Amino acid sequence: MSIILDHVNYVYEAGTAMEFAALKDINLVIPDGQFIGLIGHTGSGKSTLVQHLNGLLAPTSGSIYYNGADIHDSDYNKKELRSKVGLVFQYPEHQLFEIDVFSDVCFGPKNLGLDKKETELRAYAALKQVGLEDEYFYQSPFDLSGGQKRRVAIAGVLAMKPEVLILDEPTAGLDPKGRDEILDQIAKLREETGITVILVSHSMEDVAKYVDRIIVMNRGQVLFDNEPGEVFKHYKELEQVGLAAPQVTYIMHELKQRGLDVDTDITTIAEAKNEILKALNK
Amino acid sequence: MLRDITLGQYYQTDSVIHRLDPRVKLVTTICFIISLFVVDNLIGYLIAGIFLTMVIKLSKVPLKYMLRGMKSIVFLLLIAVVFNLFLTPGETVFTFWKIKITMEGIRQAVFMAIRLIFLIIGSSVMTLTTTPNNLTDGMEKLLGPLKIFRVPVHEIAMMMSIALRFIPILLEETDKIMKAQIARGADFESGNLIKKAKSLVPLLVPLFISAFRRANDLAMAMEARCYRGGDHRTKMKPLIYKKRDGLAYGVVVCYLALCVVVGRILL
Amino acid sequence: MGIIEAKNLVFEYIRRDEEGNVEGITRAVDEVNLDIRQGDFVAILGHNGSGKSTLAKHINAIHYPTEGTVWVDGKDTSDDANLWEIRQEAGMVFQNPDNQIIGQVVEEDVGFGPENLGVPTAEIWERVEESLKAVGMYEFRKHSPNKLSGGQKQRVSIAGVIAMHPKCIVLDEPTAMLDPNGRKEVIRAVRALNDVERITIILITHYMEEIIHADRVFVMDKGKIAMEGTPREIFSQVEKLKDLRLDVPQVTLLAHELGKSGLDIPKGILTCEELAAALGLPKKK
Repeated sequence: MSIILDHVNYVYEAGTAMEFAALKDINLVIPDGQFIGLIGHTGSGKSTLVQHLNGLLAPTSGSIYYNGADIHDSDYNKKELRSKVGLVFQYPEHQLFEIDVFSDVCFGPKNLGLDKKETELRAYAALKQVGLEDEYFYQSPFDLSGGQKRRVAIAGVLAMKPEVLILDEPTAGLDPKGRDEILDQIAKLREETGITVILVSHSMEDVAKYVDRIIVMNRGQVLFDNEPGEVFKHYKELEQVGLAAPQVTYIMHELKQRGLDVDTDITTIAEAKNEILKALNK
Repeated sequence: MLRDITLGQYYQTDSVIHRLDPRVKLVTTICFIISLFVVDNLIGYLIAGIFLTMVIKLSKVPLKYMLRGMKSIVFLLLIAVVFNLFLTPGETVFTFWKIKITMEGIRQAVFMAIRLIFLIIGSSVMTLTTTPNNLTDGMEKLLGPLKIFRVPVHEIAMMMSIALRFIPILLEETDKIMKAQIARGADFESGNLIKKAKSLVPLLVPLFISAFRRANDLAMAMEARCYRGGDHRTKMKPLIYKKRDGLAYGVVVCYLALCVVVGRILL
Repeated sequence: MGIIEAKNLVFEYIRRDEEGNVEGITRAVDEVNLDIRQGDFVAILGHNGSGKSTLAKHINAIHYPTEGTVWVDGKDTSDDANLWEIRQEAGMVFQNPDNQIIGQVVEEDVGFGPENLGVPTAEIWERVEESLKAVGMYEFRKHSPNKLSGGQKQRVSIAGVIAMHPKCIVLDEPTAMLDPNGRKEVIRAVRALNDVERITIILITHYMEEIIHADRVFVMDKGKIAMEGTPREIFSQVEKLKDLRLDVPQVTLLAHELGKSGLDIPKGILTCEELAAALGLPKKK
């Protein structure tokens, strides 16, 4: 059970002067339960790519399979696909519209045609999953703080019980603590439910701590696709395309070059600390 | 696509018509429209046609761009023609079932069609050769005297140019919100009219909130840059009449006079 | 007296419920004192809702103090007679690049401020040219702002402020909506203005890496100034910053962690080189 992209190409405004290839020959397999970081700068094609995964955009050529079925077959149920592959857009709080938080989260399951009881059960569970307190449930979503609004928006997609959760820049505009809280919550959610999570970001540092696979996009192509430590080995190439490895990668390289015997594949501060202490004690 | 509207119809090239002051073009367009209703015979329309052809030739805009505007009024044109054709009383040419077609009817229908076609092409020439910015500037300047009657001319022009700037942004935003709600299972296509209207709520509420937030931000940004209405303001690109503009006015006056003479006095 | 001074500045707003009844009063800025010298690069840090943006809007006379006084270049901001002079001298750049560009062409937007000031036409063109050159956007002068990247739009906004010949520029989270490349572009442009034109900069942000080059840093929390000092002094207090919902660059954090494990490392490490030196490693050949 997985998502497979087979030679996917996507061209914007084909046949006009504005023609622009946003995706070029993408081949990817996304197995169940993975925690993936999709990294690239603005215009690298990462947002276009995730909109293909739930059928919002159709490839100009190539195919996308979800659990073995081609999602662009004429009799494929797109609506069901969208409930299975949940996509949370950037600044999701801008999409809130209901009079209270709870009704807004009910919007998704209601659209699936579920009965009132099931809808409300799911909305409640989803709001709990994103860590929102009961006291906010019947407030207007517009009165909440930035971080809370974002939680509500994520819950709105979770309430459809997706098997894959895609978050496009979930930390944009949040302050450092707010960013950590949201990412921690997502990591916890994944641990509890085991769903596939794809985190779209332009910050390596944000995702390095959480994900088990990083896909780097550049100019519509997949540049690297590997475990974080392996991807960061290419930190010089990453710089050339306007990205950077986490600062800790640079620290370890600096120390190594100056003669300290440390492993440079390290991706987190905690690992780095232990590695340095080990190297110094020798 | 919607995007085509927003980019304006402006056709980028360098021609005499492009370089004319926007006020001249506005006045000319108005005069041309008046002339279409002044003349009432074939010779008059011939004169109008020649004038229009000359202007199009001078503007260096390919004819197909002019005709593009016609698509949107084909329906209107048909209705006008049909109404005039069938409903004008007069000397019957022939009868078919209950429908009588008269000589006057044919004449009215043909003239109405010519009028509408000329009108659309005439105003297309203006929008194709003038940037939206230039157009609002011209309008502000032309309507300036109305300030005496407390018409907020500067404010209207400012509103128009802000609208022009924000339409593409809001369209993009509409697209984004729509996609986000579709991702939550929203359905904007199926269902009857009431259901369709209802399904727009999840789109319109966020869009309105966003538009208000933008308006608020923009107002603050404008004040921060010392904007305080039209008084005391200078212009980066002031409109100054050149020799060619005077010449153009002369041509337009002559044309209008000719139309009046031919259309009303001679026949 | 410096270019900007605030004395016991308090700003309160009244919260109302849906019927318009008063629910309570929120003190967004609480007894703040500031003294910023001409030519300084000052950073104001703080988490979302700490009051930093509200404070910033006082410098441009968008907000007026509930209590206390703010002076810009010696002029009291609550005196209406000074309003337009203050807004000309203290320019402001906002967070959302789309919501502050008025013109449909880059050069026209930059000319908007000078037009409002009544600058003669020929001089507007001069100012627009020099401002766009100062932020490296001159070649885009005929472009539509809608076609630019976020970083480019913000640079146009900065040019629009420079064209008004301000003495100081307040940037209210100018990079919050940008990607890393855009952020770098904007910060580079801002630093150049400070270095070359000696314009006083007040940068409001929650990105720690943007404040490393500041002369002075204020950290805000609950409307008050919670910390004040040079970037190094601020970064040396890792635990306190964490309490204030902020973080530090990874190298500073790593140095702090190593220090806690018993290594002798000075506080406030800002670069990889400093850390390597602190660990007693030789310089690269």
